[in-house]
Amino acid sequence: MRVPLSWLGEYVTLPANATADSVMAELVKIGLEEEGSHSFDLQGPIVVGEVLEFVEEAQSNGKTIRWCQVRVAKDGESSVRGIVCGASNFEVGDKVVVTLPGAVLPGDFKIAARSTYGHTSDGMIASGRELGLSDDHDGILLLKNLGLDPEVGTDALELLALNDSAAEVNVTPDRGYCFSIRGIAREYSHASGARFTDPISRINPVLGTGFAVGITDQEPIRGKHGVIKFVTRVVRNIDATAPTPTWMVSRLKLAGMRSISVVVDITNYVMLELGQPIHAYDLDKLGSGFGVRRASNSEKITTLDGAERTLSSEDLVIIDTSGPIGIAGVMGGASTEVSSSTKNVLIESANFDGVSIARSARRHKLPSEASKRFERGVDPKVAEYAAARVVQLLEELTGAKADELGSFFDSSATPATIFLPNDFAKSLTGVSYSPEDIDETLRAIGCVVATVSDGFEVIPPSWRPDLTHKTDLVEEVARITGYEQIPSRLPVAPPGRGLTRKQKLKRIVSNTLAFTGHTEVLNYPFLTAEQNSYFHAADFKRVVLANAMQESSNELRLSLLPGLIDAAKRNASRTLVDLALFEIGLVFLPATSNATVELPAGNVLPSQAELQRLQDSIPLQPLTLAALFMGDRVGQQVGRKSIKSSYADAISLVRNIANVLSVELVIEQAEPQGFHPGRSAVIKTVDGVKLGFAGELNPELTAQNDLPRQVSVVEINLDVLFDAVPATVSATAIHTFPAATQDLSLVMDQNVSAAEVLNVIRVSCGELLEDVVLVDDYRGGNLEANQKSLTFALRFRAQDRTLTQVEASEARDKAVSEANRLFGATLRA
Amino acid sequence: MSEHKEISKPVVDGIVSDALAKIQATTDLAELKAVKPQTIGEGSAFASLSSSLGKLPADQKATAGKLITEARVLLNQAFTEREAEFYSVEQQAKLEAERVDITAAPLTQVFGARHPLSLLQDEISDIFVGMGWEIAEGPEVESEWFNFDALNFDADHPARAMQDTFFIEPVEQHLVLRTHTSPVQVRSLLERDLPVYVLCPGRVFRTDELDATHTPVFHQVEGLAVDKGLTMADLKGTLEHFARIMFGDDAKIRLRPSFFPFTEPSAELDVWHPGAKGGARWVEWGGCGMVNPNVLKAAGVDPEVYTGFAFGMGIERTLMFRNDVIDMHDMVEADVRFSQQFGGVL
Repeated sequence: MRVPLSWLGEYVTLPANATADSVMAELVKIGLEEEGSHSFDLQGPIVVGEVLEFVEEAQSNGKTIRWCQVRVAKDGESSVRGIVCGASNFEVGDKVVVTLPGAVLPGDFKIAARSTYGHTSDGMIASGRELGLSDDHDGILLLKNLGLDPEVGTDALELLALNDSAAEVNVTPDRGYCFSIRGIAREYSHASGARFTDPISRINPVLGTGFAVGITDQEPIRGKHGVIKFVTRVVRNIDATAPTPTWMVSRLKLAGMRSISVVVDITNYVMLELGQPIHAYDLDKLGSGFGVRRASNSEKITTLDGAERTLSSEDLVIIDTSGPIGIAGVMGGASTEVSSSTKNVLIESANFDGVSIARSARRHKLPSEASKRFERGVDPKVAEYAAARVVQLLEELTGAKADELGSFFDSSATPATIFLPNDFAKSLTGVSYSPEDIDETLRAIGCVVATVSDGFEVIPPSWRPDLTHKTDLVEEVARITGYEQIPSRLPVAPPGRGLTRKQKLKRIVSNTLAFTGHTEVLNYPFLTAEQNSYFHAADFKRVVLANAMQESSNELRLSLLPGLIDAAKRNASRTLVDLALFEIGLVFLPATSNATVELPAGNVLPSQAELQRLQDSIPLQPLTLAALFMGDRVGQQVGRKSIKSSYADAISLVRNIANVLSVELVIEQAEPQGFHPGRSAVIKTVDGVKLGFAGELNPELTAQNDLPRQVSVVEINLDVLFDAVPATVSATAIHTFPAATQDLSLVMDQNVSAAEVLNVIRVSCGELLEDVVLVDDYRGGNLEANQKSLTFALRFRAQDRTLTQVEASEARDKAVSEANRLFGATLRA
Repeated sequence: MSEHKEISKPVVDGIVSDALAKIQATTDLAELKAVKPQTIGEGSAFASLSSSLGKLPADQKATAGKLITEARVLLNQAFTEREAEFYSVEQQAKLEAERVDITAAPLTQVFGARHPLSLLQDEISDIFVGMGWEIAEGPEVESEWFNFDALNFDADHPARAMQDTFFIEPVEQHLVLRTHTSPVQVRSLLERDLPVYVLCPGRVFRTDELDATHTPVFHQVEGLAVDKGLTMADLKGTLEHFARIMFGDDAKIRLRPSFFPFTEPSAELDVWHPGAKGGARWVEWGGCGMVNPNVLKAAGVDPEVYTGFAFGMGIERTLMFRNDVIDMHDMVEADVRFSQQFGGVL
């Protein structure tokens, strides 16, 4: 809400040196956040001048300019100036606005005497747009068109009210009344203690009668009648072409509204002043049967903006015999619009149910100044005052005369009484307010307060539909007396249990990855259908956005990998080509139920069954870890060759995480979708529960994404992994008898996996085997084409004695014969 | 049989000084090793002294034996010292030969980094865990009931309209990407025994275009305390403590009246940031207030018995003004340089 200071000052006493900033500084104290200040940004000398004579001069560029002699002061030196003017909408004798050398126009446009078109132009004759008054730039501003004939030399800034400025504050949704000068003036008075005069106290709400208005609501929304109040007045013999007075133009402009015509300007002016939206109908275009009802489905209307709209049975409409002529509280219709030829108008000052108006505004995507106010609540008491104020201004400014005719419908209810117990404010704020403080504050904001034995009976004012509960009253008391009064006390929470197991494990995993050379990124979860199909079947069910910001990226991620691929692309485009990225986040899988959900009420505890239904409707969102490797894992350095990243980094990451979490994982060769069919693995727990995949991306996928051929990735479900972590790690005793080491080279078919052989060695060597590591995979040479030789380093140790090489060899030989039985493996010669 | 020798002090001294001269004349370990047999080994002058000793009359044996022992100690010591000298020189030469340019040492392992938004969430969580609070989490795709209804957002509240909230298809399922971490408030109250002191960090979503200060995907941290007798004074004390840990002992907070559907009274929270770039100043930090009775009721908590306070702030915003991040793009574009510049600390 923008508040011109001159306007505010009519209803609350402002200090003489008040500025937009000083006003905002007061208003922020009581909860109206400052947004900024506005002014016409003009600096004088800008004065009224009279065109004494001019000569038209054709220019080589095809333009014709006027070389004018303009009187800018009654007498004295330089009272007549030579000014070049490009406009031709004026005559000798016209009074105009002259910006003299030294003046500054918006955009820091400094006026100086300057040579142009062969003359020295000693100033400029201004257009409405140059002064920031209007968008009019077809010609210069003629003061006679504003109904003005001031003396030559008059300060035009004062004359046109261009030296006013406005404060802009943000109005929270609970304070609809602050969308008015009336409301802001009241708040300013609360903040500063300045004296407030309610604008409606200066208005005599004369009501017309006898204009038939049929008000029905065949389908109330949420049980509420759409029309709370409906006041009309008839005003005749309007001069719709009369100029809008400059003070009104200036205030509207500062408030952020364009001057359109005197009738429209007056309705807007009264809306800004009192917060009551007003609609004016051209009475002569109005058929009989004027009234309000709900529209029927598929009924049509052409609104003021020229758009034809299809109505819904929830839309409240203004009608005459022709059908809908306006969407109530949202936008009027084109058929009864006031124009420059309008003679007689019907003024509508109505109050509509906020929910009904909000839904219509949203349905038709028509947020308007009117709907914004109705949505947040308009003071139902003010309708007849606003109507009277419009009538008064029309009479003053357009020579019109109000009719006896009009109407008055009122279904508004008195706000319910709220009981505020004596100590309740203290129990919420910690401040010991005196009963007098509470009484006084609540009265100041307009409540009717009765003191009873153990508290207060409070009736909130008509403009505060947000005050419905005793806590609302406490906020008012705290707000008006100031939040700075609230003391400070640090509460002591009961003994906590620290981070949960999963929270700790998540930290261990992310820290481990960071410490081992992986960089965390956080990607948006929005993917295209194609990206989601990199690693999942095309018909795998996805969670889809109804209103994605980019229409193509309307799916939530099934996997973190497409996001990492995008991140790798972005880094590569910045010449960051050696990458080890990781992300920990949620992926979005189908919910357990897709039954339609009825939402329970908001302010009561739903039943267990209802809560379960809600829970079942929510997609599964497992915590997931993914990483991507590209380019060099370690770059070339002094004395070291670079190490290219590969599938091994993906597998290592899994082993590293498994190790740090004390979990045993199984890595099996696999061909997951989107991966290289020969260089990928599935990761499982020892119980066979699948955790995810690791390996190289399918080169087709990397090519498609403009990445190098060899990119390795891993993705695992951390929820499943964390479930496999032992609750406590049980220690094994450390034995100190000397160890015996042995190397073992086995020749076998290439299709036998190293993991299987390792497993056989572990099992068959038994307890004596302390450690076994695969140290070589040899192929070629004297081996047959389909064979390979795996070499293992074994370390044996006994708990109770020094082991002999003979004992170690015996254990090793068991492994050899078992590997021979299972895989046909033989000792390498 | 070697010649019988007289064992007198002049004789022994003469043999010793000859031997010492030989030891001293050596120039490296090999030479020293070579002179050992000539000076102290079998067949040396010194060895012949020892063999003569046995043939002396008994009354001379003690004196002569003492002279020989003293001489042996002297010679052995000379050998050891000379040996140590050579060893030290040799070692030094070896070490010198092994000298490298230590400033050109290669990295044996590459550096990684966590994202500063994750670090900051952990840091804030730790502050509250230290105060006995617990960390609560919830889903990112959330039921509208938890995201709105239970938080006292009326069905027709403007914030539920399409322009702010990501809705999930079909909209009849009433699922949204949570617009704030506040639904975890209700979840916590439903899942836990009273009193409840929880902090809820997490990712939230609004349909804002990405620019220097906005992103459709961002992080919040939300605090909720529900207990008997909590007032706005407890809220203020908690926020003050939090602010001091985050921004230094000179930090302070200021509450300004505001509106949120789920709190009443409600306030905007400003923090006095003593270390702000360009000088100490007030910075808008978040929102807070006393939990609205309707929220307590939705979670089955009796608002006549319990009161609570809640607060929330943006993690991105906090990182921006605490750590001088100027552009939101840096936080969301996954450029590894952004995370790496922080190392592991903020």
